Amino acid sequence: MSVGLVIVSHSAKIAEGVCELAAQMAADVRLVPAGGTDAGGGAARIGTSFEKVANAITKAGQGDGVVILTDLGSAVMTAEMALEFLDEDERATVRLASAALVEGAVAAAVQAQAGGSVEDVLRAAEEAVVSIRPEALEPFVSRSAAAPGTAKAAAPEGPSASGSWVLPNDMGLHARPAAVLARGLADLDAEVTVNGIDGKSVMLLMSLGLGKGKTVSAQAVGPDAEAAIELIGAAVEDGFGEMNEDGQH
Amino acid sequence: MALDAGWAQEWLRAAARAVAENRTHLMELDRAIGDADHGENMDRGFAAVVAKLDAGPPPATPAEVLKAAAMTLMSTVGGAAGPLYGTALLRAATSLGDAAEAQPDAVVAMLSAARDGIVARGKAESGDKTMIDAWTPAVEAAATAASAGAGPGAVLAAAANAAQAGAVATDPLVARKGRASYLGERSAGHRDPGAASTALILAAAAEAAGGPG
Ligand SMILES: [Mg+2]
Repeated sequence: MSVGLVIVSHSAKIAEGVCELAAQMAADVRLVPAGGTDAGGGAARIGTSFEKVANAITKAGQGDGVVILTDLGSAVMTAEMALEFLDEDERATVRLASAALVEGAVAAAVQAQAGGSVEDVLRAAEEAVVSIRPEALEPFVSRSAAAPGTAKAAAPEGPSASGSWVLPNDMGLHARPAAVLARGLADLDAEVTVNGIDGKSVMLLMSLGLGKGKTVSAQAVGPDAEAAIELIGAAVEDGFGEMNEDGQH
Repeated sequence: MALDAGWAQEWLRAAARAVAENRTHLMELDRAIGDADHGENMDRGFAAVVAKLDAGPPPATPAEVLKAAAMTLMSTVGGAAGPLYGTALLRAATSLGDAAEAQPDAVVAMLSAARDGIVARGKAESGDKTMIDAWTPAVEAAATAASAGAGPGAVLAAAANAAQAGAVATDPLVARKGRASYLGERSAGHRDPGAASTALILAAAAEAAGGPG
């Protein structure tokens, strides 16, 4: 089981489309659209509905937690309202993300598919603020420089380590391995850079588009730097568990 | 009349009539600075409220009426007005509790709770060119009237008049919340649709009370 997602949009088509897109990379995650508003029997109209959102939260939840992503302003208000109506136990497992809807939903779904906690999934959604174009990623090389144009934070202190490896698996560093790496690194006390981007961001790792035979270069600084490099090295050399025993695909 | 469950029902029916009559007007206000859906959304939402009142058993308290209306508006209005008016009526219902009828002080407390709910939900402040600019003067006028000894109907009438003046006063403001805020300076010179519908709804409350009483 995994964290479920609720996609709230003014448009039923947008909500369904975002779920469809995210499902491509997260086949086992409950993705529940809550788009449009009830229109007394007819087709859904533009707007958001408390009832649809509340029902979607129940459907997505199933005990493993839910992250809600929304589009424009009143979708946020409707979602907040639905949260207030949950009983306390259920409320504790649901998070409302401040995220770009499409990018956030894809990142969150990938993180949920990889078995991330509700907090992991929330963070993946909220950090996915960039479109997936490597040349656009320059300002985002560090987690601490999350907004375009912001200066990079002070360099971290402590021991450093680095390594580089060639990707052996056919699929390379695709969504699932990106989520595995980001989640493993998130627990470590180190700033980790992978090919120039923040190694703790699923979306940025995916955006590198590294296929089989490409080189992964990582630098880590901080108390857990050594562990971070070992984690990346072990995962890459293992082909992210996607190789058979004789090393062939 | 006493502000009992019958009054609360008549309030919502009068509001539904007013919203239906002003549907085009509200849509035109929203077309100028928003997405042109306020009239249609409010008309659909209040028509659903009336249908619910028609279908249900007669409620015992005004709070029951307002709570049922709130839940309906939240699921049928669609735009920002759904959660905003939904929250307002829910908070109003909570404020009234299980009283069979509202006395002047309870009317003031009810309006104040509704306004506070809208502020909490929409995070708007006075002067942002939102429905708050109608609600806050309404609450203040109601409090002034109640402390001068006005009856419940007169308290509502004072609130309604102040809401209408507050709505008119949004004309020159520059929007700082909601869809209209995307327009910046160009939002000045138009009345805020939410403030306009607030004035209609509070006028309906006063009308249902049948004047000073
Ligand atoms: Mg509108």
